[in-house]
Amino acid sequence: MVEAIAFYVLAAVAIASAFAVVSVRNPVHAVLFLILTFFNAAGLFVLLGAEFLAMLLVVVYVGAVAVLFLFVVMMLDVDFVELKQGFLSYAPLGGVVAALILAEMLLVTGAVRTSAAFTDKPAGLPDGITNAERIGRVLYTDYLLHFQLAGLVLFVAMIGAIVLTLRKRTGVKRQDVSAQVGRTRKQAVELKDVRPGQGLG
Amino acid sequence: MQGLLVEYLPIVVFLVIAAAMGAGFMIAAGVFAPSSPDKEKVSAYECGFNAFDDARMKFDVKFYLVSILFIIFDLEVAFLFPWAITLDQGSLFAFWSMMAFLGVLTVGFIYEWKKGALEWE
Repeated sequence: MVEAIAFYVLAAVAIASAFAVVSVRNPVHAVLFLILTFFNAAGLFVLLGAEFLAMLLVVVYVGAVAVLFLFVVMMLDVDFVELKQGFLSYAPLGGVVAALILAEMLLVTGAVRTSAAFTDKPAGLPDGITNAERIGRVLYTDYLLHFQLAGLVLFVAMIGAIVLTLRKRTGVKRQDVSAQVGRTRKQAVELKDVRPGQGLG
Repeated sequence: MQGLLVEYLPIVVFLVIAAAMGAGFMIAAGVFAPSSPDKEKVSAYECGFNAFDDARMKFDVKFYLVSILFIIFDLEVAFLFPWAITLDQGSLFAFWSMMAFLGVLTVGFIYEWKKGALEWE
């Protein structure tokens, strides 16, 4: 009962805020609605018993991806009027993509439901093993290849981001820690004997 | 399953408290605060002179780089959690597979450090 109420509330807010993401005029508001959608999706994961994935969604998507999106929105020249134009001309293509995704999802859920491994039980705690532990048991051994590939993808992303965006500027004063630490009292302090009324001259 | 949801009750309680406080302050400000705006009051204040240009200017791409690098190491940490939980189950293979993963990312980290991507100028 409580589960059903929680599910419908989370799902309704998720759908409503996802709709708001594509319909509000201000792109910054759209990103904030996206964060709300992420939170609700995390709640849905919790309902499924996938606590680890839920926390991952909050940490990675809300904590990092949403910030990235905010930066991207602010990096673009935000013209509120121009952004909304051309909606109708993109609508058919967008509709085709949406229909394809829907069909794929239906196919996948249909295939999973009819497969032998499918149970109606949530992925969580049937025998007291948490979601994270279940993932940990197989991810680093049985799915070694995928895990290492994920590491390589992160590596490529790191290199790519640096190569694409890092620009050295000339004429910038940088902090040089070794030079700071290597400074001696002799270089830094000079003792002047100042006579009264005459200044340093 | 019911037990799992009960564990999340404090989070729901805190969410409700947070939402109530946020809404409460906004409503209270709307009700109690004196408000008589005029054109000069609500315009942007820039040390006395008129604003030079729009506040919605383009951000430097440096922010984006910092954010991307943060996400990458965020994900690396996310992979560490299930590994840390199952570490006591004694799989040496899992231990070294994580070490290889961390090794790859450490190479990236050294590259990033040497390139000066972590320095703010």
